[in-house]
Amino acid sequence: MTSAESGLSERTNSISNPVEGSPRRRVVPWWVRRIGGGFLTLFAVSILIFLATQVLPGDAAKSILGRDATPEKLEALRAQLGLNRPALEQYLDWARNFVTGDFGLSLVNNRSVEELLVPRAMNTIALALCAIVIALPLSILLGSISAARRDGPLDQGISVTSLTFNALPEFVIGLGLVVLFATSVMKIFPAVSIFPPEESAFSNPAALVLPAFALVLAISPYLIRLVRASLIDALDSEYVLTARLRGIPERRILVNHALRNSMVPVVHGTALMLAYLAGGIVVIEYVFRFPGLGGLLLEAVSARDLPLIQATALFLAAVYVVVNLIADLLVVRLTPRLRGVGA
Amino acid sequence: MSRVVVSGLQVALTSSKADVVTDANFTIGSGEIVGLVGESGSGKTTVATAMLGHTRKGAEIVHGSVTIDGVDILGLTGGALRSARGRVISYVPQDPAAALDPCMTVGRHLREAVKAHESTAGIDWAARLAELLQDAGLDDIDGLLDRYPHELSGGQRQRVCIAIAFACKPACVVLDEPTTGLDVTTQAHILASVRRLAKEHDVAMLYVTHDLAVVEDLADRLIVMYAGRIVEQGPVRTVFHNSAHPYSRALMATTPDVRTRLELQPIPGVAPRVGHRPPGCAFADRCSQAADRCREEIPAQVMVGPGHEAACWFAADVTTRRSPLTVRSELVLAHEVPILQAEEIRAGYNGREVVHGTSLSIGRGECLALVGESGSGKTTLARSLIGLSAQVTGRLRLDGEEMPLDIHARSLAQRHALQYVFQSPRSSLNPRRTIFESIEAPLLGAPKSAAADRRERVFEALEQVGLGPSFGPRFPDQLSGGERQRVGIARALVCEPEVLICDEITSALDVSVQAAIIELLEGLQRERGLSVLFVTHNLALVRTIAHRVIVLRAGHVVEEGSAADTLQHPRNEYTQTLIRDTPSIIAPLASGS
Amino acid sequence: MTSAQANAQSEQRPRSAWSVTWRTALRQPRTRVGLVLSGFVIALALFGPLLSRSDPNEFVGAPFIGPSGEALLGTDFLGQDVLQRVLHGGRTLLWMSLTATILGVLIGLAIGMIAGYSRRRVDGSLMWLMDVILAFPQIVLAVVFVSMLGPLPWLIVLVVALTHIPRVARLTRSLTADCVRQEYIEAAEAIATPKSRILIREVLPNLTTPLAVEATIRLAWSVAIIAALSFVGFGVQPPFPDWGLMINENRIGLVVQPWSVLAPVFLVAILAVGVSLVGDGIARAVSGVDERVGQ
Repeated sequence: MTSAESGLSERTNSISNPVEGSPRRRVVPWWVRRIGGGFLTLFAVSILIFLATQVLPGDAAKSILGRDATPEKLEALRAQLGLNRPALEQYLDWARNFVTGDFGLSLVNNRSVEELLVPRAMNTIALALCAIVIALPLSILLGSISAARRDGPLDQGISVTSLTFNALPEFVIGLGLVVLFATSVMKIFPAVSIFPPEESAFSNPAALVLPAFALVLAISPYLIRLVRASLIDALDSEYVLTARLRGIPERRILVNHALRNSMVPVVHGTALMLAYLAGGIVVIEYVFRFPGLGGLLLEAVSARDLPLIQATALFLAAVYVVVNLIADLLVVRLTPRLRGVGA
Repeated sequence: MSRVVVSGLQVALTSSKADVVTDANFTIGSGEIVGLVGESGSGKTTVATAMLGHTRKGAEIVHGSVTIDGVDILGLTGGALRSARGRVISYVPQDPAAALDPCMTVGRHLREAVKAHESTAGIDWAARLAELLQDAGLDDIDGLLDRYPHELSGGQRQRVCIAIAFACKPACVVLDEPTTGLDVTTQAHILASVRRLAKEHDVAMLYVTHDLAVVEDLADRLIVMYAGRIVEQGPVRTVFHNSAHPYSRALMATTPDVRTRLELQPIPGVAPRVGHRPPGCAFADRCSQAADRCREEIPAQVMVGPGHEAACWFAADVTTRRSPLTVRSELVLAHEVPILQAEEIRAGYNGREVVHGTSLSIGRGECLALVGESGSGKTTLARSLIGLSAQVTGRLRLDGEEMPLDIHARSLAQRHALQYVFQSPRSSLNPRRTIFESIEAPLLGAPKSAAADRRERVFEALEQVGLGPSFGPRFPDQLSGGERQRVGIARALVCEPEVLICDEITSALDVSVQAAIIELLEGLQRERGLSVLFVTHNLALVRTIAHRVIVLRAGHVVEEGSAADTLQHPRNEYTQTLIRDTPSIIAPLASGS
Repeated sequence: MTSAQANAQSEQRPRSAWSVTWRTALRQPRTRVGLVLSGFVIALALFGPLLSRSDPNEFVGAPFIGPSGEALLGTDFLGQDVLQRVLHGGRTLLWMSLTATILGVLIGLAIGMIAGYSRRRVDGSLMWLMDVILAFPQIVLAVVFVSMLGPLPWLIVLVVALTHIPRVARLTRSLTADCVRQEYIEAAEAIATPKSRILIREVLPNLTTPLAVEATIRLAWSVAIIAALSFVGFGVQPPFPDWGLMINENRIGLVVQPWSVLAPVFLVAILAVGVSLVGDGIARAVSGVDERVGQ
């Protein structure tokens, strides 16, 4: 490992070998097992959410109603949520509804959870996509420059800058942007991104700029460092050295050998960042009052809107599982050594 | 006429300006193979890559020229240098597994090598690639061209690297230890291909290796390097049995041979490191002939015969040029009292059985060699004896008494009686613990052992392996490979064992260090009546150290007998092949005298 | 580094790898800058309440008044003295972050070591469990628990620690697995050393430096996430003075009285960045030490 990526140790090491399983059991193709594993994780996640929200509080109804809990109201709510039945039965019921696409009704305004969730989710996805579409090429570019000019002033500059931004909490980045571009210094963009959630985020591009920018600043540092580290590993490898001694043109070495081989960590890193976006976005959306999932979750939590909390949390966790699944499949496509195993 | 002329080559560290290689001069003719031999740190690999105008990070070529067909490679830069690499001079790396891009098929590797130097318009790829593969002794059955490096065997990978090196018909090919890590039979085949290619293509070839025996049969001329300088060069046979430099002789005297039982004579001291080389001859401190002059002035290369040069003040003195090799009488030991007996051992890992019902018996004071190529199950067998194998069945008897296979079920006395010395000097010691702590660890299991007592035993063990108590507080990274291996032995000795299992303990060491470790083991056997199970792939070593030998192949014993008898008159076909393919330095000496 | 220097160094020690790493780290400017930055904020957070002259909840004037001789950093949205609240507002964040980090790292370390040294099945199930926790974005997990049980400080510490566990465990597991493959572990097994002893005496010393780096990363994340929780209103509750909370409370006055927001923002930022710089300095020193050993 070279210097910088040790700082990224947690994330780099989370890169698991998707086909680590024993080579003997070849009856089931590895990708079927991997997808099965994904579902298993989701199942466990749903239990955890269920426990955290419906069982753990002791009396969810009481914690929902808070101070204005009267015995009648409590009883009614318990009945509505099915809290007076055994926990297992509650869970099975809840899970069955989820699988069939019935997410229940919001406790706050009695609208269906689905109706609330879907447009907000679309906005969040739009925001995340904007961020990743900018951050990924930017990171590959800056990371490559850093690796190529290793230990030079440019590399040092990029390294310290990315280290700083990597450490900054998202809300600090968000507020910083507000100060710079929306209030005191320059008043170019709106400080808040309020628009009706039903509208598409893309029809309010101005509202998208600052939150997307904040997300780019939040995720790029990590990706830059990742690209730099894995590209340096590749450039220091024996196969790059021997390619040089074979007289292969330097450009070809960089693109065909080094970049190609350093893509695996980058794919995993991008997946991890997408999953991370699901969390970081909560804070960024709150800073900009952006009508997305994060905002929805915080609203739901403030109102103790149980079905809405459960659905949102499950959705965010599902994003993690799915994105990681896709990354694993992609990595196997990119790595010939893994392709053969179990196939 | 010489096709390749290397002159005044000097490579130094960028930071301290200390020389890595000093004033290397040699030539290679067309179709000639020149062997470059030296131990680690001698600068041989640095010379090899410097011939292509490359040095590793932190070093630079400060002086010299490498002229090939009239063009000085070291004078080229940028595009011209790139175009010369692979077309004029090419390189075969040490580790083909790392040198091939894991994401590229064999075919793409070959095409890339051709494309880099030739216009590819109208090229018949199928024919060209087939020809390249054939040249290197491969053919495209099973769609070899579409395979990835990980799908090839070690030998195939190295042949692919050779095919790439010859793809553009270069004038000169540098091979950097290309058979390290390959089995002897694969090595023999690769060497045969290399020899054929050099002659067929009329290529000037530099073959870098640490193994004297390999170059004996392969090379036309030999260069011996020590501490960054060429100390001797000349026709192979001349250097072998008329060597003019004490280091060449010393190096030969440390090399075991499969054909005769040789006395291995360790070279006292260690080679000076880069930046610590003395003002005079670098070998002076280890040389028995050294005079005052040797320590003050660096000897120049002097001609001592036709095409034979040596850098020694006494090179011209013919009387010193006796054969350095001492033949010893064969080891004889009646295998009377068995100390360790293993019956019907079946062992494996990951649900795969690799040792299929093997039995062996080691006598008191005996050295039994367990020989096999990689994958033969020899290490698995050795580990199952010490109790490290999870999946194992069979019976063990120590000194006639039943001993459980599971290490945790053994008594303390049993555990101490059987000790293991590990292969890698790098990873067999915990980098975060001192030498003292590492050696003391086996004693901590004993109940009520006093700290002072343990301390004494640790220092005693250190003493026995030739290291002083000053090594106690050091960390492994402050020790050389040979010293670390001695610590490994001390860790076993501290238990006062009856049987020592040595798993390839010298395979990562230079021959001169290996000789010292072997000397140590023999001494321990003599003085303490220690029994040794010596696990190795190196038949030459077996000849020197073992009383008896067991040849393992694919988990089965194929031959067993006294070392002298088995190696001279092998009955099994596989053993015969192994011995035939093991290179020997005796042959030229025998034929020359 | 030249081998001459390496020699000089190897001859003057024996010293433990830790002290070598630490010295090398201290030679890096970024480590020193990081130490100064984080040291400043930590000192301020620890000793701030002692320096404070008055009650942080006292109203000293109208809301959002700029800096003056009376209130050096002005007043906040309720008319409280920003400086006094800043001096009091770091301790909670600091102890919560530290406790959460220590808990998370220790538990993650234990799980990772057990997983890395166990057979496939134990390893597989432990890591799968870690994956389940990892599926929740950190802040979501925290928010869900807090929403149900209330914004109790110990709960926040536990939940933040919980979010660290899988990350530390994964790192520790891969480090342990690398370590276990080495022959010195087999050497320990070959003399029937109990598993727990192998883990503690042979494996653990090899994990300390990478884990020190990891701990700094975790600490920076703890600071960020605990401040963020206060910021979104699920952490420390008003009227308690807390940097994260102050940022949120005073946001509306950002244009009128930027100090009420910027002071706590800077402190949180400097703490997180400072801790990260120290971690990076150690990381660079570690790789440098390894390179030297490799020669």
